[in-house]
Amino acid sequence: MKPSAFDYHAPRDLGETLEVLAGAGAHGKVLAGGQSLIPLLNMRLAAPSHLVDINRVASLDTIAVEEGGVRVGALARHAAVERSSAAARVQPLLRDALRLVAHPVIRNRGTVVGSLVHADPSAELPAVLTVLDGSVRLARHGTPERDVPAGEFFTGPMESALEPGELAVSAFFPSLPARTGTAFCEVARRHGDYAMAGAAAVVTLDDDLRIASARVACVSVGPVPVLLDLSEVCAHRPAASVDWAAVARAVQDRIDPDGDIHATAGYRRHLTGVLAERALRVAAQEAADERAGEYSNE
Amino acid sequence: MSEALHEISLTVNGVVREAKVPGRRLLSDCLRRELGLTGTHVGCEHGVCGCCTVLLDGAPVRSCLTFAVSVDGHEITTVEGLSAPDGTLSPVQRAFSECHALQCGFCTPGFLCTATALLRDNPSPTDDEVVEGISGNLCRCTGYQNIVKAVHRAAELMGDEA
Repeated sequence: MKPSAFDYHAPRDLGETLEVLAGAGAHGKVLAGGQSLIPLLNMRLAAPSHLVDINRVASLDTIAVEEGGVRVGALARHAAVERSSAAARVQPLLRDALRLVAHPVIRNRGTVVGSLVHADPSAELPAVLTVLDGSVRLARHGTPERDVPAGEFFTGPMESALEPGELAVSAFFPSLPARTGTAFCEVARRHGDYAMAGAAAVVTLDDDLRIASARVACVSVGPVPVLLDLSEVCAHRPAASVDWAAVARAVQDRIDPDGDIHATAGYRRHLTGVLAERALRVAAQEAADERAGEYSNE
Repeated sequence: MSEALHEISLTVNGVVREAKVPGRRLLSDCLRRELGLTGTHVGCEHGVCGCCTVLLDGAPVRSCLTFAVSVDGHEITTVEGLSAPDGTLSPVQRAFSECHALQCGFCTPGFLCTATALLRDNPSPTDDEVVEGISGNLCRCTGYQNIVKAVHRAAELMGDEA
C-alpha cells in the first residue's frame, strides 16, 4: 500500500507545468487534490514515472464568474467551490452536486477539475458538466488552448479526451436560462459513497410554465454519463399534468446498465428511472419558483 | 538507483520540523517515520477510514492521500498538538473521555482532528451536521452513538469556556 517510485516535479507556474508535462509525455501524471489519484498510486493500480504536482501553481486556484457561466480553475478545491456563493448563484447545481461528493474531509483537498479528468462514470461532477453542456479547457506546451465540450470530453470509464502532455486548466459550467431549475438525486449504499444510481436534471419552462426542455444525465449506468432528452415525453405540458410514470419508463428503456455486487442491472435500471423522475420534478418545481433567478444562499 | 530525496520543512504542532523524503512519502508516513509522531494512525491507506486525518493549515485532510513533499512549508496539526503544552486535554479530548467515545482507540486521533475542525467552523452543530461532519471517519467499536454525544458535549464545554 505504498506508491512505487516516481520523479517528483513541483512547477511554480503554468508555463513551467506545461514544459514538464511535454517532457514527461505518456509517463507523466498531474497531481492536484490527489483524492482519486493517490489511492490508485497507493494500490499501485497506476504507476506513472513522473508526477507533476500543480499545488504551487496559484494561477490555477480560481473560481471566476464569466459571461454565461462560472469557470473553475484546476486547483479550486471541492470545498471552496461548494462554499462559493457567487458560483452557486450562477450555477446552483454545482453546489447541490458537490454536497454529494465523498465526505467533507475529502472535499477539503479534492478538486472539481480533478473529478472531471478522473472521469469516473459513477461520479457526480461529470454528470453535472454533461447535463449543463459545459466544457473543459486543455492546455499544451507550444499550442493554443482548446475547449472540449462535455459530450466529447468523457470517452470511457476513467477515460477522457485529455491527451498525454496536456493539462486540464479549467472547466466551464454554463449558467441557467430564465425559468430553469436543476436537481441532483442519487442513491448510494452509504452517504458519500459512489452512487448505485443517480441523475442530474435541468428543466426549462416556457412563459406559460409548460415544460419546454427536460434533460437528465445519469450516473453509474454506462461507460460515461448518459445524457437523455425527455422534452418529447414531457409533451410540452405543465409539470402537474406530465405523465411522470411514462417519463420514468422512457429513462428505463433508454439505458443499459450493468449489474455488480451492489446492484443488479434490473435494480439499477429501475432506480435510475425513479431518480430521474424525482430530479426532473424537483427541477421543474424550482423552475416554476424561479429559484434560479433569485438564488442566494447567505 | 537510489531515489531522489527532497528537503522539506513543515510546521507541525507549532514547531518547525525538517525532513528529507522521497517524493512518494505519504504525509502519514512522514509524520510517523521521519518525525516520530505516531499518534496519527494509518488504517486503510486509501482514504476510506479517516484514521490518518490531520489538520492542514487548519482544515482536516487525509494524511494518507497527501504527499509530504506536496505540503512543504505548510502547517500541520496532529492529535499530539490538540492538547495544551502542559498536557491539559482540549475540550474535544475531554468530551471523548467523558462520553466514552472510544474503545480500542485506533480511530480516535482522526475523529479528534475532524471534530476539532468541525466545532471551530460550527460551534453548535445539529445532530445531522455532526453525523455529516464525521461521516468520513469509521469506528468499528462504538457504534458512533457516544462519538456523536461527545461532539455535542465538546460543543458545550467550548461554549462554557468561551
